[in-house]
Amino acid sequence: MLLVAYIVPASIFLGLGLFAGGLLTFASKFFEVKTDPRIDSIIGVLPQINCGVCGYAGCADYAGAIVKDGSPANLCKPGGTDCMEEISALMGIPVQKVESQVAVVHCNGDENAMSSKYIFHGKQTCVAADRFYEGSKACNYGCLGFGDCAAVCSYGAVIIRDGLARIDKSKCVGCGICVKACPKNLIAMRDLYHHIDVCCSSIEPGRVVRSICKSGCISCKICVKKCKTGAMYFSDNLAKIDYSKCDACGDCADACPTKAIRKCDIIYNATIAPPPAIKH
Amino acid sequence: MREIAAILVSAILVDNFVLSRFLGICPFLGVSKKFENAVGMGVAVTFVMVCSSLMTHPIYNLLLAPFGLGYLRTISFIIVIALFVQLVEMALKKKIPSLYKGLGVYLPLMATNCAVLGVTILNIDAGYSLLKSAIHALGGGLGFTLALIIFSCVRSRIEEAVVPPMFKGVPATLIAASIVSVSFMGFAGLFS
Repeated sequence: MLLVAYIVPASIFLGLGLFAGGLLTFASKFFEVKTDPRIDSIIGVLPQINCGVCGYAGCADYAGAIVKDGSPANLCKPGGTDCMEEISALMGIPVQKVESQVAVVHCNGDENAMSSKYIFHGKQTCVAADRFYEGSKACNYGCLGFGDCAAVCSYGAVIIRDGLARIDKSKCVGCGICVKACPKNLIAMRDLYHHIDVCCSSIEPGRVVRSICKSGCISCKICVKKCKTGAMYFSDNLAKIDYSKCDACGDCADACPTKAIRKCDIIYNATIAPPPAIKH
Repeated sequence: MREIAAILVSAILVDNFVLSRFLGICPFLGVSKKFENAVGMGVAVTFVMVCSSLMTHPIYNLLLAPFGLGYLRTISFIIVIALFVQLVEMALKKKIPSLYKGLGVYLPLMATNCAVLGVTILNIDAGYSLLKSAIHALGGGLGFTLALIIFSCVRSRIEEAVVPPMFKGVPATLIAASIVSVSFMGFAGLFS
Protein backbone atom coordinates (compact mmCIF):
# COMPACT_ATOMS: atom_id res chain seq x y z
CA MET A 1 0.00 0.00 0.00
CA LEU A 2 2.69 2.42 1.08
CA LEU A 3 4.87 1.28 -1.78
CA VAL A 4 2.28 1.83 -4.50
CA ALA A 5 0.75 4.99 -3.05
CA TYR A 6 3.91 6.93 -2.27
CA ILE A 7 7.22 5.34 -3.17
CA VAL A 8 6.44 4.26 -6.72
CA PRO A 9 5.03 7.64 -7.87
CA ALA A 10 7.85 9.47 -6.13
CA SER A 11 10.50 7.33 -7.77
CA ILE A 12 8.80 7.59 -11.17
CA PHE A 13 8.86 11.38 -10.95
CA LEU A 14 12.41 11.35 -9.60
CA GLY A 15 13.47 9.28 -12.59
CA LEU A 16 11.56 11.48 -15.03
CA GLY A 17 12.96 14.64 -13.50
CA LEU A 18 16.54 13.33 -13.53
CA PHE A 19 16.18 12.18 -17.13
CA ALA A 20 14.72 15.52 -18.26
CA GLY A 21 17.28 17.48 -16.27
CA GLY A 22 20.18 15.48 -17.64
CA LEU A 23 18.96 15.80 -21.20
CA LEU A 24 18.47 19.55 -20.85
CA THR A 25 21.91 20.02 -19.31
CA PHE A 26 23.44 18.15 -22.21
CA ALA A 27 21.36 20.14 -24.69
CA SER A 28 22.27 23.47 -23.10
CA LYS A 29 25.95 22.63 -23.64
CA PHE A 30 25.23 21.61 -27.21
CA PHE A 31 23.05 24.62 -28.09
CA GLU A 32 24.97 27.19 -26.08
CA VAL A 33 24.74 30.72 -27.43
CA LYS A 34 27.69 32.90 -26.56
CA THR A 35 26.60 36.34 -25.40
CA ASP A 36 28.77 39.34 -24.77
CA PRO A 37 29.04 39.92 -20.99
CA ARG A 38 28.76 43.67 -21.61
CA ILE A 39 25.14 43.13 -22.76
CA ASP A 40 24.20 41.84 -19.33
CA SER A 41 25.92 44.70 -17.54
CA ILE A 42 24.19 47.26 -19.78
CA ILE A 43 20.85 45.55 -19.11
CA GLY A 44 21.61 46.05 -15.43
CA VAL A 45 22.15 49.78 -15.95
CA LEU A 46 18.98 50.39 -18.02
CA PRO A 47 15.81 51.17 -16.06
CA GLN A 48 13.98 47.99 -17.15
CA ILE A 49 10.63 49.58 -17.85
CA ASN A 50 10.74 48.41 -21.49
CA CYS A 51 9.05 51.57 -22.75
CA GLY A 52 10.50 51.43 -26.25
CA VAL A 53 11.36 55.13 -26.49
CA CYS A 54 14.84 54.18 -27.75
CA GLY A 55 13.21 52.55 -30.76
CA TYR A 56 14.01 48.99 -29.73
CA ALA A 57 11.67 46.29 -28.43
CA GLY A 58 12.82 46.67 -24.83
CA CYS A 59 15.77 47.29 -22.57
CA ALA A 60 17.40 43.95 -23.39
CA ASP A 61 17.01 44.57 -27.11
CA TYR A 62 18.55 48.05 -26.81
CA ALA A 63 21.48 46.67 -24.78
CA GLY A 64 22.12 44.14 -27.53
CA ALA A 65 21.97 46.89 -30.17
CA ILE A 66 24.47 49.05 -28.29
CA VAL A 67 27.02 46.25 -28.12
CA LYS A 68 26.46 44.57 -31.48
CA ASP A 69 25.38 47.37 -33.83
CA GLY A 70 27.06 50.29 -32.07
CA SER A 71 23.80 52.16 -31.37
CA PRO A 72 24.28 55.51 -29.60
CA ALA A 73 24.18 55.32 -25.80
CA ASN A 74 21.97 58.40 -25.35
CA LEU A 75 18.66 56.97 -26.59
CA CYS A 76 17.31 55.99 -23.18
CA LYS A 77 15.19 58.95 -22.01
CA PRO A 78 13.95 57.49 -18.69
CA GLY A 79 17.51 56.57 -17.72
CA GLY A 80 18.67 60.06 -18.49
CA THR A 81 22.22 61.32 -18.16
CA ASP A 82 23.25 58.94 -15.36
CA CYS A 83 22.31 55.88 -17.37
CA MET A 84 24.05 57.19 -20.50
CA GLU A 85 27.27 57.94 -18.57
CA GLU A 86 27.36 54.43 -17.15
CA ILE A 87 26.75 52.84 -20.55
CA SER A 88 29.42 55.04 -22.12
CA ALA A 89 31.86 53.97 -19.41
CA LEU A 90 31.04 50.29 -19.98
CA MET A 91 31.45 50.60 -23.72
CA GLY A 92 34.41 52.96 -23.55
CA ILE A 93 32.80 55.54 -25.82
CA PRO A 94 32.65 59.34 -25.36
CA VAL A 95 29.81 60.84 -23.32
CA GLN A 96 26.91 62.33 -25.31
CA LYS A 97 24.06 64.64 -24.44
CA VAL A 98 20.64 63.27 -23.51
CA GLU A 99 17.64 65.36 -24.57
CA SER A 100 15.25 65.06 -21.64
CA GLN A 101 11.67 64.76 -22.74
CA VAL A 102 8.38 65.27 -21.01
CA ALA A 103 4.81 64.24 -21.76
CA VAL A 104 2.18 66.88 -22.50
CA VAL A 105 -1.58 66.39 -22.52
CA HIS A 106 -2.95 68.31 -25.49
CA CYS A 107 -6.33 69.00 -23.96
CA ASN A 108 -7.50 71.71 -21.63
CA GLY A 109 -11.13 70.67 -21.27
CA ASP A 110 -11.71 69.75 -17.66
CA GLU A 111 -15.16 69.37 -16.14
CA ASN A 112 -15.52 73.12 -15.60
CA ALA A 113 -14.69 73.97 -19.18
CA MET A 114 -16.66 71.34 -21.02
CA SER A 115 -20.07 69.68 -20.70
CA SER A 116 -20.78 65.98 -21.07
CA LYS A 117 -22.75 64.14 -23.70
CA TYR A 118 -23.84 61.48 -21.22
CA ILE A 119 -22.82 59.90 -17.94
CA PHE A 120 -20.72 56.82 -18.50
CA HIS A 121 -21.58 53.92 -16.20
CA GLY A 122 -19.55 51.26 -18.02
CA LYS A 123 -16.06 50.06 -17.17
CA GLN A 124 -14.29 53.18 -15.95
CA THR A 125 -11.48 53.32 -18.48
CA CYS A 126 -10.85 55.71 -21.34
CA VAL A 127 -10.67 52.85 -23.86
CA ALA A 128 -14.12 51.57 -22.86
CA ALA A 129 -15.66 55.05 -22.85
CA ASP A 130 -14.07 55.90 -26.19
CA ARG A 131 -15.77 52.91 -27.82
CA PHE A 132 -19.15 54.33 -26.78
CA TYR A 133 -19.85 57.31 -29.09
CA GLU A 134 -16.25 58.58 -28.79
CA GLY A 135 -16.49 59.09 -25.04
CA SER A 136 -18.67 61.09 -22.69
CA LYS A 137 -17.05 64.51 -23.15
CA ALA A 138 -18.86 66.93 -25.45
CA CYS A 139 -15.70 67.27 -27.53
CA ASN A 140 -14.72 64.19 -29.51
CA TYR A 141 -11.05 65.18 -29.18
CA GLY A 142 -11.15 65.78 -25.44
CA CYS A 143 -9.47 64.00 -22.55
CA LEU A 144 -11.92 61.45 -21.13
CA GLY A 145 -10.38 61.65 -17.69
CA PHE A 146 -10.69 58.00 -16.63
CA GLY A 147 -6.95 57.84 -16.23
CA ASP A 148 -5.73 55.09 -18.54
CA CYS A 149 -2.53 57.12 -18.77
CA ALA A 150 -2.27 57.41 -14.97
CA ALA A 151 -2.74 53.64 -14.64
CA VAL A 152 0.24 52.81 -16.85
CA CYS A 153 2.61 55.45 -15.44
CA SER A 154 5.14 53.76 -13.17
CA TYR A 155 6.29 57.09 -11.77
CA GLY A 156 2.98 58.56 -10.59
CA ALA A 157 3.52 61.52 -12.89
CA VAL A 158 -0.02 61.63 -14.29
CA ILE A 159 -2.65 63.23 -12.11
CA ILE A 160 -6.36 63.21 -12.93
CA ARG A 161 -8.02 66.33 -11.61
CA ASP A 162 -11.47 67.66 -12.60
CA GLY A 163 -11.72 64.97 -15.25
CA LEU A 164 -8.53 65.95 -17.03
CA ALA A 165 -5.14 64.25 -17.10
CA ARG A 166 -2.26 66.51 -16.06
CA ILE A 167 1.44 65.72 -16.08
CA ASP A 168 3.60 66.40 -13.06
CA LYS A 169 6.72 67.43 -14.92
CA SER A 170 8.92 66.99 -11.88
CA LYS A 171 8.12 63.27 -11.88
CA CYS A 172 7.83 62.60 -15.63
CA VAL A 173 10.90 60.78 -16.96
CA GLY A 174 9.85 60.87 -20.60
CA CYS A 175 9.30 57.16 -21.18
CA GLY A 176 6.25 57.81 -23.37
CA ILE A 177 4.21 54.86 -22.09
CA CYS A 178 1.21 57.14 -21.45
CA VAL A 179 1.34 58.25 -25.09
CA LYS A 180 0.44 54.74 -26.17
CA ALA A 181 -2.22 54.34 -23.48
CA CYS A 182 -4.36 57.31 -24.57
CA PRO A 183 -7.12 56.16 -26.96
CA LYS A 184 -7.56 59.77 -28.13
CA ASN A 185 -3.83 60.24 -28.87
CA LEU A 186 -3.84 63.42 -26.81
CA ILE A 187 -0.49 62.91 -25.12
CA ALA A 188 2.71 63.74 -26.95
CA MET A 189 6.35 64.04 -25.96
CA ARG A 190 8.35 67.22 -26.31
CA ASP A 191 11.77 68.40 -25.20
CA LEU A 192 11.73 69.54 -21.58
CA TYR A 193 12.91 73.09 -22.22
CA HIS A 194 10.20 73.98 -24.79
CA HIS A 195 7.80 75.61 -22.41
CA ILE A 196 4.90 76.50 -24.71
CA ASP A 197 2.12 73.97 -25.36
CA VAL A 198 -1.08 74.09 -27.39
CA CYS A 199 -3.43 72.27 -25.02
CA CYS A 200 -6.16 71.44 -27.49
CA SER A 201 -6.44 68.73 -30.14
CA SER A 202 -9.78 69.55 -31.72
CA ILE A 203 -9.77 69.90 -35.49
CA GLU A 204 -13.35 71.19 -35.48
CA PRO A 205 -13.94 74.75 -36.77
CA GLY A 206 -13.64 77.52 -34.18
CA ARG A 207 -17.37 78.11 -33.73
CA VAL A 208 -17.98 74.41 -32.97
CA VAL A 209 -15.17 74.38 -30.41
CA ARG A 210 -16.48 77.58 -28.85
CA SER A 211 -19.95 76.06 -28.45
CA ILE A 212 -18.75 73.00 -26.50
CA CYS A 213 -15.55 74.00 -24.69
CA LYS A 214 -14.48 77.12 -22.85
CA SER A 215 -10.78 76.45 -23.18
CA GLY A 216 -10.29 74.99 -26.65
CA CYS A 217 -8.50 76.47 -29.65
CA ILE A 218 -11.09 78.56 -31.52
CA SER A 219 -8.85 79.29 -34.53
CA CYS A 220 -8.78 83.04 -33.89
CA LYS A 221 -5.11 83.13 -35.00
CA ILE A 222 -4.17 85.86 -32.54
CA CYS A 223 -1.19 83.72 -31.53
CA VAL A 224 0.10 83.71 -35.11
CA LYS A 225 -0.03 87.51 -35.21
CA LYS A 226 1.65 87.87 -31.82
CA CYS A 227 4.47 85.42 -32.56
CA LYS A 228 7.69 87.27 -33.28
CA THR A 229 9.70 84.29 -34.47
CA GLY A 230 7.17 82.77 -36.87
CA ALA A 231 6.98 79.54 -34.91
CA MET A 232 3.19 79.58 -34.66
CA TYR A 233 1.15 78.22 -37.55
CA PHE A 234 -2.30 76.77 -38.19
CA SER A 235 -3.30 73.47 -39.69
CA ASP A 236 -6.64 71.65 -39.37
CA ASN A 237 -8.22 74.53 -37.40
CA LEU A 238 -5.62 74.10 -34.69
CA ALA A 239 -2.65 76.16 -33.59
CA LYS A 240 0.66 74.33 -33.90
CA ILE A 241 4.16 75.26 -32.76
CA ASP A 242 7.33 74.74 -34.71
CA TYR A 243 9.67 74.14 -31.77
CA SER A 244 12.76 74.69 -33.92
CA LYS A 245 11.78 78.40 -34.20
CA CYS A 246 10.06 78.94 -30.81
CA ASP A 247 12.03 80.93 -28.25
CA ALA A 248 9.46 80.32 -25.47
CA CYS A 249 8.75 84.02 -24.93
CA GLY A 250 5.14 83.26 -24.01
CA ASP A 251 3.49 86.12 -25.97
CA CYS A 252 1.12 83.66 -27.64
CA ALA A 253 0.09 82.21 -24.28
CA ASP A 254 -0.62 85.69 -22.90
CA ALA A 255 -2.67 86.64 -25.94
CA CYS A 256 -4.70 83.44 -26.26
CA PRO A 257 -8.31 84.36 -25.35
CA THR A 258 -9.28 80.86 -24.21
CA LYS A 259 -5.92 80.03 -22.63
CA ALA A 260 -5.60 76.99 -24.89
CA ILE A 261 -1.95 77.94 -25.34
CA ARG A 262 -0.01 77.86 -22.12
CA LYS A 263 3.45 78.62 -20.92
CA CYS A 264 4.26 75.81 -18.53
CA ASP A 265 7.73 76.44 -17.22
CA ILE A 266 6.44 75.65 -13.76
CA ILE A 267 5.95 72.12 -12.69
CA TYR A 268 2.27 71.48 -13.27
CA ASN A 269 0.61 71.19 -16.62
CA ALA A 270 -2.20 73.34 -15.31
CA THR A 271 -0.92 76.86 -14.76
CA ILE A 272 -3.43 77.34 -11.96
CA ALA A 273 -2.99 76.05 -8.40
CA PRO A 274 -1.17 72.80 -7.62
CA PRO A 275 -3.55 69.88 -7.27
CA PRO A 276 -5.25 69.04 -3.98
CA ALA A 277 -4.94 65.55 -2.52
CA ILE A 278 -5.70 62.96 -5.21
CA LYS A 279 -9.19 61.50 -4.96
CA HIS A 280 -9.50 57.72 -5.11
CA MET B 1 -2.99 1.10 -43.21
CA ARG B 2 -6.50 2.37 -43.92
CA GLU B 3 -7.00 3.03 -40.26
CA ILE B 4 -3.76 4.99 -39.96
CA ALA B 5 -4.68 7.16 -42.93
CA ALA B 6 -8.07 7.76 -41.35
CA ILE B 7 -6.46 8.85 -38.06
CA LEU B 8 -4.10 11.22 -39.89
CA VAL B 9 -6.73 12.87 -42.07
CA SER B 10 -9.28 13.12 -39.30
CA ALA B 11 -6.75 14.77 -36.97
CA ILE B 12 -5.86 17.29 -39.66
CA LEU B 13 -9.31 18.16 -40.99
CA VAL B 14 -12.30 16.67 -39.19
CA ASP B 15 -11.12 17.02 -35.60
CA ASN B 16 -8.75 19.91 -36.19
CA PHE B 17 -7.29 20.77 -32.81
CA VAL B 18 -7.79 24.50 -33.10
CA LEU B 19 -10.89 24.86 -35.23
CA SER B 20 -12.98 21.87 -34.07
CA ARG B 21 -11.73 21.02 -30.61
CA PHE B 22 -10.85 24.61 -29.65
CA LEU B 23 -7.51 23.67 -28.14
CA GLY B 24 -4.42 25.87 -28.39
CA ILE B 25 -6.32 29.11 -29.05
CA CYS B 26 -3.63 31.20 -27.32
CA PRO B 27 -0.84 30.66 -29.89
CA PHE B 28 -3.50 30.51 -32.63
CA LEU B 29 -4.42 34.13 -31.94
CA GLY B 30 -1.01 35.25 -30.74
CA VAL B 31 1.35 34.04 -33.45
CA SER B 32 -0.91 34.20 -36.49
CA LYS B 33 -0.03 37.80 -37.34
CA LYS B 34 2.79 36.91 -39.70
CA PHE B 35 2.93 34.02 -42.14
CA GLU B 36 6.57 33.12 -41.35
CA ASN B 37 5.97 33.00 -37.61
CA ALA B 38 2.82 30.93 -38.15
CA VAL B 39 4.78 28.31 -40.10
CA GLY B 40 7.58 28.30 -37.52
CA MET B 41 5.18 27.92 -34.62
CA GLY B 42 3.31 25.17 -36.44
CA VAL B 43 6.49 23.19 -37.06
CA ALA B 44 7.61 23.66 -33.46
CA VAL B 45 4.25 22.51 -32.09
CA THR B 46 4.21 19.51 -34.44
CA PHE B 47 7.68 18.49 -33.29
CA VAL B 48 6.76 18.80 -29.62
CA MET B 49 3.49 16.92 -30.16
CA VAL B 50 5.09 13.95 -31.93
CA CYS B 51 8.03 13.69 -29.51
CA SER B 52 5.90 13.96 -26.40
CA SER B 53 3.37 11.47 -27.76
CA LEU B 54 6.17 8.99 -28.40
CA MET B 55 7.39 9.44 -24.85
CA THR B 56 4.14 9.75 -22.93
CA HIS B 57 2.73 6.58 -24.42
CA PRO B 58 5.31 4.26 -22.81
CA ILE B 59 5.31 6.33 -19.63
CA TYR B 60 1.59 5.83 -19.21
CA ASN B 61 1.38 2.22 -20.31
CA LEU B 62 4.56 0.91 -18.68
CA LEU B 63 4.99 3.08 -15.60
CA LEU B 64 1.70 4.64 -14.53
CA ALA B 65 -1.07 2.25 -15.64
CA PRO B 66 0.38 -0.98 -14.12
CA PHE B 67 0.43 0.66 -10.67
CA GLY B 68 -2.99 2.27 -11.07
CA LEU B 69 -1.43 5.73 -11.10
CA GLY B 70 -3.45 7.02 -14.04
CA TYR B 71 -4.36 10.11 -12.04
CA LEU B 72 -0.74 11.28 -12.30
CA ARG B 73 -0.77 11.40 -16.07
CA THR B 74 -1.42 15.13 -16.45
CA ILE B 75 1.51 16.18 -14.30
CA SER B 76 3.93 13.66 -15.78
CA PHE B 77 2.88 14.55 -19.32
CA ILE B 78 3.47 18.22 -18.60
CA ILE B 79 7.03 17.38 -17.50
CA VAL B 80 7.69 15.59 -20.78
CA ILE B 81 6.13 18.41 -22.83
CA ALA B 82 8.12 21.06 -20.95
CA LEU B 83 11.28 19.06 -21.65
CA PHE B 84 10.67 19.11 -25.40
CA VAL B 85 9.59 22.74 -25.40
CA GLN B 86 12.86 23.64 -23.70
CA LEU B 87 14.78 21.64 -26.27
CA VAL B 88 12.98 23.38 -29.14
CA GLU B 89 13.59 26.76 -27.51
CA MET B 90 17.32 26.14 -27.16
CA ALA B 91 17.59 24.84 -30.70
CA LEU B 92 15.72 27.82 -32.14
CA LYS B 93 17.75 30.31 -30.10
CA LYS B 94 20.90 28.81 -31.56
CA LYS B 95 19.84 28.05 -35.12
CA ILE B 96 17.06 30.51 -36.07
CA PRO B 97 17.29 33.56 -33.76
CA SER B 98 14.88 35.59 -35.92
CA LEU B 99 12.12 33.02 -35.46
CA TYR B 100 12.97 32.77 -31.77
CA LYS B 101 12.36 36.50 -31.51
CA GLY B 102 9.22 36.40 -33.61
CA LEU B 103 7.58 33.72 -31.48
CA GLY B 104 8.50 35.53 -28.29
CA VAL B 105 6.61 34.47 -25.20
CA TYR B 106 4.47 31.96 -27.10
CA LEU B 107 7.39 29.58 -27.41
CA PRO B 108 7.84 28.86 -23.67
CA LEU B 109 4.04 29.05 -23.32
CA MET B 110 3.86 25.94 -25.49
CA ALA B 111 4.72 23.97 -22.34
CA THR B 112 1.22 24.67 -21.07
CA ASN B 113 -0.41 24.60 -24.48
CA CYS B 114 -3.61 22.58 -24.19
CA ALA B 115 -3.31 21.35 -27.79
CA VAL B 116 -0.07 19.53 -26.93
CA LEU B 117 -1.36 18.17 -23.63
CA GLY B 118 -4.64 17.40 -25.38
CA VAL B 119 -3.04 15.22 -28.04
CA THR B 120 -1.16 13.11 -25.48
CA ILE B 121 -4.26 12.60 -23.33
CA LEU B 122 -6.50 11.89 -26.31
CA ASN B 123 -3.99 9.23 -27.40
CA ILE B 124 -4.39 7.49 -24.06
CA ASP B 125 -8.17 7.87 -23.96
CA ALA B 126 -8.54 6.48 -27.49
CA GLY B 127 -6.27 3.53 -26.58
CA TYR B 128 -3.97 4.08 -29.55
CA SER B 129 -0.82 2.02 -30.04
CA LEU B 130 2.57 3.78 -30.14
CA LEU B 131 2.53 4.11 -33.93
CA LYS B 132 -1.06 5.34 -34.01
CA SER B 133 -0.27 7.84 -31.24
CA ALA B 134 2.59 9.25 -33.26
CA ILE B 135 0.42 9.46 -36.38
CA HIS B 136 -2.37 11.12 -34.42
CA ALA B 137 0.11 13.64 -32.99
CA LEU B 138 1.56 14.28 -36.45
CA GLY B 139 -1.93 14.87 -37.80
CA GLY B 140 -2.76 17.15 -34.89
CA GLY B 141 0.40 19.17 -35.44
CA LEU B 142 -0.18 19.44 -39.17
CA GLY B 143 -3.77 20.48 -38.52
CA PHE B 144 -2.53 23.13 -36.07
CA THR B 145 -0.05 24.38 -38.67
CA LEU B 146 -2.76 24.42 -41.33
CA ALA B 147 -5.11 26.41 -39.10
CA LEU B 148 -2.34 28.87 -38.24
CA ILE B 149 -1.34 29.34 -41.87
CA ILE B 150 -4.93 29.83 -43.05
CA PHE B 151 -5.62 32.25 -40.25
CA SER B 152 -2.43 34.25 -40.76
CA CYS B 153 -3.55 34.84 -44.35
CA VAL B 154 -7.05 35.80 -43.20
CA ARG B 155 -5.56 38.16 -40.66
CA SER B 156 -3.38 39.97 -43.16
CA ARG B 157 -6.64 40.74 -45.02
CA ILE B 158 -8.32 41.98 -41.83
CA GLU B 159 -5.43 44.38 -41.27
CA GLU B 160 -6.27 46.07 -44.57
CA ALA B 161 -10.06 45.84 -44.27
CA VAL B 162 -12.23 48.70 -43.06
CA VAL B 163 -13.53 47.44 -39.73
CA PRO B 164 -16.09 49.42 -37.68
CA PRO B 165 -14.22 51.04 -34.76
CA MET B 166 -16.15 48.96 -32.21
CA PHE B 167 -14.85 45.69 -33.70
CA LYS B 168 -11.29 46.80 -34.33
CA GLY B 169 -8.54 44.53 -33.03
CA VAL B 170 -9.43 41.46 -30.99
CA PRO B 171 -13.21 41.35 -31.69
CA ALA B 172 -12.70 41.35 -35.47
CA THR B 173 -10.03 38.66 -35.10
CA LEU B 174 -12.31 36.45 -33.01
CA ILE B 175 -15.19 36.82 -35.46
CA ALA B 176 -12.86 35.90 -38.32
CA ALA B 177 -11.63 32.88 -36.32
CA SER B 178 -15.19 31.70 -35.81
CA ILE B 179 -15.93 31.99 -39.53
CA VAL B 180 -12.80 30.00 -40.40
CA SER B 181 -13.87 27.42 -37.83
CA VAL B 182 -17.36 27.19 -39.36
CA SER B 183 -15.74 26.40 -42.70
CA PHE B 184 -14.02 23.41 -41.10
CA MET B 185 -17.42 22.08 -39.99
CA GLY B 186 -17.88 21.05 -43.58
CA PHE B 187 -15.45 18.19 -42.96
CA ALA B 188 -17.61 16.72 -40.20
CA GLY B 189 -18.89 13.30 -41.17
CA LEU B 190 -16.05 12.64 -43.60
CA PHE B 191 -15.43 9.33 -41.78
CA SER B 192 -18.73 8.08 -40.50
